[in-house]
Amino acid sequence: MSTPTFWRTSAHLSRRLIAAKQPYRCLSCSVRLAQELAQEQAKQDAKTTHFGFEHVPESEKESRVGAVFSSVASSYDTMNDLMSLYIHRLWKDRFVRSLNPGLHPTTSSLPSSKPTPQTILDIAGGTGDIAFRMLSHASTINNDHTSRVIVSDINPAMLSEGKKRSLETPWAGSERLSWVEANAEKLHMIEDESIDLYTVAFGIRNFTNKQAALSEAFRVLKPGGVFACLEFSKVNNAVLNGAYKRWSFGAIPLIGQLVAGDRESYQYLVESIEKFPSQREFAGMIERAGFMLPEPPWEDLMGGIAAIHKGVKPV
Amino acid sequence: MIKRRHLLDSLLNRPPPNYEGQVPLNVFERGALAAGSAVMSLLNPRRGDLIAALGETTATPYFIYRLRDAMLCNPTGRRILRDRPRITSKTMSVEKLRALPENTVGRVYVGWLDREGVSPDTRDSVKYIDNEECAYVMQRYRESHDFYHALTGLPVFVEGEVALKAFEFANTLLPMTGLSLFAVTRMKPAERSRFWHTYLPWAISNGLKSKEVINVYWEEELERDVADLRAELGLERPPDLRDTRKTLREQRKAAKEKREKMSGLMAD
Repeated sequence: MSTPTFWRTSAHLSRRLIAAKQPYRCLSCSVRLAQELAQEQAKQDAKTTHFGFEHVPESEKESRVGAVFSSVASSYDTMNDLMSLYIHRLWKDRFVRSLNPGLHPTTSSLPSSKPTPQTILDIAGGTGDIAFRMLSHASTINNDHTSRVIVSDINPAMLSEGKKRSLETPWAGSERLSWVEANAEKLHMIEDESIDLYTVAFGIRNFTNKQAALSEAFRVLKPGGVFACLEFSKVNNAVLNGAYKRWSFGAIPLIGQLVAGDRESYQYLVESIEKFPSQREFAGMIERAGFMLPEPPWEDLMGGIAAIHKGVKPV
Repeated sequence: MIKRRHLLDSLLNRPPPNYEGQVPLNVFERGALAAGSAVMSLLNPRRGDLIAALGETTATPYFIYRLRDAMLCNPTGRRILRDRPRITSKTMSVEKLRALPENTVGRVYVGWLDREGVSPDTRDSVKYIDNEECAYVMQRYRESHDFYHALTGLPVFVEGEVALKAFEFANTLLPMTGLSLFAVTRMKPAERSRFWHTYLPWAISNGLKSKEVINVYWEEELERDVADLRAELGLERPPDLRDTRKTLREQRKAAKEKREKMSGLMAD
């Protein structure tokens, strides 16, 4: 093959690989097509939201997501390891380290009198991955043994998995770790301006109303408090995106079926990743909730497969 | 080159399903699912969903088409394909079946359901077979499995299941039934020896010589005597496995008691 032909062919091939069209008919949508056509008129006025690639009435999304997570709870951690090839651990480590929870007695600039212990609220924190890392970082690196984490999740099955896992940590049953079953959009049990650090890792894409959750975050945070979100996002590099999408839509539901016995839940998970707003859009939503964005407003991990967004509540 | 592009694309642009519940997979995915479910179901035989997936992913190409053609070659099979009867708890009333006389097909079938504590609804629906008619054939085979237990008299624990799978392999030629025979590695030595000496030879000879069991219209045979149906199909019952195991268990128990008594006497 002559060189011009070679370049033309490979450019054509990579364009085919990269410019993956939005599928015109997805699995979940087409199953319900018949029902949707009949109900379309009735549903036109009702507010709908995304459930993966499906459109569902807002009232339904919460229970559908609930069903997904009740089903995946027991194999959640194994599945996370297999789906991300153990890389999610690195992302969570980076997330916690960049937040540096805990008040170091010598380096944190606070009056010499005993400071109030840092209160961290971990939203959609179900199995406790972030919470345990926070406590470990605070205790080990910052020598802070008073800061506490409240783990909140809407799904009781995930919370009980987390409680079970906490038995292997030094903080099970201590006042440094508490568990709350709550909807992130309605945190009525958390007082205004009582939280120093609000974190949500790989949870916010499942929320029915993300802006409402961001407003709640704004309410519960103290002035000067930090909002931090680790979530799957848009990949910048086109070739990486091609490979990543194919892994997501091909391998992940397959692993879900083999390990967890549940293809549908993992199909939902990859579709919800696809539907999540881009880094810029999401940073805009955080700003709209009243937060000040740092510079840079987000940090891409692994080319954008995941991103850390932060915001600070103005003093 | 072009074929590979289509395969990579098909992950993101799946074709619309041919029937409700179908999950279209490309060749790689089917292969990976077949390999993965074979390994995982051998490690954990309780994963019925993976055994079902193994059956569906290994049925194409050729084998499920052969089975469908075997149905098309038989008048009753053709009627089944036209009527598409489904065996669910709605279509099979277990109360009515329990009222039937002892040796009827329906009564024996309900006996198996009760003993295992399952209902006709516990079978997964077919998802990975693209052709709609073949998906029905697979579904029919899956739903008829409990009837095969009734027909052969094989019990529902592992030893009986493996023997029945060997019979189904010889009769239907579905690859999953043959692959299930790897479960022999998980059986106890005495069970394995019975399998090699008695049940495998029975399964192969009867599977090959009897008529295709997929063509039995079970809904019409419920009140028929089981022995009668067996004679028509040309198959014989294997030695009753439950009785054999019970007898052996009692013999072992008697021998143990005798040994204990002897050692008791000798100690005195």
